[in-house]
Amino acid sequence: MIDDPRRRDEPALRALVPRVLARLVRRGEDFDAAEDALQEALLEALRVWPEHPPRDPAAWLAAVATRRLVDARRSDAARARREELVEAEPPVPDSTEVGDDTLFLLFCCCHPDLAPASQVALTLRAVGGLTTREIADAFYVPEATMAQRISRAKRTVRGSRLDLPGDLAVVLRVLYLVYTTGHAGRVDLAAEAIRLARQLTLATDEPEARGLLALMLLNHARLPARLDRDGRIVTLDRQDRTLWDTREIAEGVRVLQSALALQRPGRYQIEAAIAALHDDAASADETDWPQILAWYDDLVALSDDPPRQDPAAVLGRAVAVGHVHGAAAGLRETERVAGVLGDRHRWHAVRAHLHELDGDPLAAGAAYAAAAQRATNVAEREHLIRQAARVRAGAPPELRTTPDRG
Amino acid sequence: MPKYLLLKHYRGGPEAHRSVPPMDQWAPEDVEAHIAFQHHVSELLERNGEYVDARALAPARTWVRYGGPDAAPVTTDGPHPETSDLVAGWWMIDVDSYERAVELAAYVSSEPGPGGEPLYEWIDVREIMWEREPGTDPA
Repeated sequence: MIDDPRRRDEPALRALVPRVLARLVRRGEDFDAAEDALQEALLEALRVWPEHPPRDPAAWLAAVATRRLVDARRSDAARARREELVEAEPPVPDSTEVGDDTLFLLFCCCHPDLAPASQVALTLRAVGGLTTREIADAFYVPEATMAQRISRAKRTVRGSRLDLPGDLAVVLRVLYLVYTTGHAGRVDLAAEAIRLARQLTLATDEPEARGLLALMLLNHARLPARLDRDGRIVTLDRQDRTLWDTREIAEGVRVLQSALALQRPGRYQIEAAIAALHDDAASADETDWPQILAWYDDLVALSDDPPRQDPAAVLGRAVAVGHVHGAAAGLRETERVAGVLGDRHRWHAVRAHLHELDGDPLAAGAAYAAAAQRATNVAEREHLIRQAARVRAGAPPELRTTPDRG
Repeated sequence: MPKYLLLKHYRGGPEAHRSVPPMDQWAPEDVEAHIAFQHHVSELLERNGEYVDARALAPARTWVRYGGPDAAPVTTDGPHPETSDLVAGWWMIDVDSYERAVELAAYVSSEPGPGGEPLYEWIDVREIMWEREPGTDPA
């Protein structure tokens, strides 16, 4: 594997990507071509800068990318065209302008005509500054496949008007998708999503953007406790809470409070509030389930038909109901989404948890086994099989299945 | 060097040498030992320089066929006879010989089951065909 020289100056360099790209596109350059040219300029920067550091890195990148664009046009048109580079160094933009650039590019990359997989890939490249190779690695697809996906996405975006305000809800959904996809692989997509969400909160006062950042931070804070030394999944109620990142929790709570203060609640703020309540409990027993249930009530109230429109919220609420009003009540709540989620592992895992809470190890074991059958990743399946074996081992011997018929 | 798939099956294949209940009904320590062995096999293959890939497949299955012009695809997800073949996953290995592939398959089959005793699971060994003559293949 080739050592990627980008690693060294990566954070500083990548922070410049949205600003420079937005500058080129605003000047009338084609998004597709500008993005390619900027990628080339970034590689050039890593070659040249160690010896000749630029006075204004953003201006340097813009100038080199512009030269590439001009070269490309010359060869495309097969005619010599004299164009002077725009070498005048523009003033360093203040943070508002940087924020505007980020927002502008996020709207481009999260274009509603693009499929989610393409929105994610384009966002990571054009706003995150990741290479195609890194994005391909993160999604376990061949680099050629990812390159093709990105270039098709850029072609779709090219014809569209970029001066119209975009759909912030789509941007938030894409960033959350990046976050939830990325806990594995060589590229830490979760950290990348947090970085992008932080940039987004500089660009907009929309409380849901802050809600999303808070949600990511409050979940990410628990990451160090989520797997044990052997890579086994540890559920929230069994995690070593001293491993949680208190700094990240504090930041998440602060961001969430600033969002809630604007009094325009939305699903990310509510989910962040639920995450904050979990993070706030010194032990699983001290979890404030009544308050969590109250937030879940708000969450399902956002939909007209929650079981159909937001079944995940109904299922999450069922757990809270189980802890507040008893396992039987929680199990009844899960029935409301049996039709929508009954073939997903999470529905069975939630019911298994509630059966366990109910002191019914046999039903819990069967439900964990049903969940394991429907798991979509190996770690999750192994975890659910362990859970099944664990609760069955805890059952009175006369109720247990014979361990070996063979 | 030839490449092989060592296929594990949820069901199908020759009659089981040892019949065992589903893993979720095993004792917890037997589950741990079994899972640890699977990870150990991948590590061993990597250490030997014989590992290419390992994948697990979810048990849900859908059969699909062309429905004809202007018709939706025809699908069926069952019921299938209990004896029908269902692949659970594989290791892809790159080894010196067919004999080495058989040796590794037998080792995979020695994985611990209930009571820590080997499962004696049948492993399906399949050679992977090349796209071109090996001599002209750049890989």
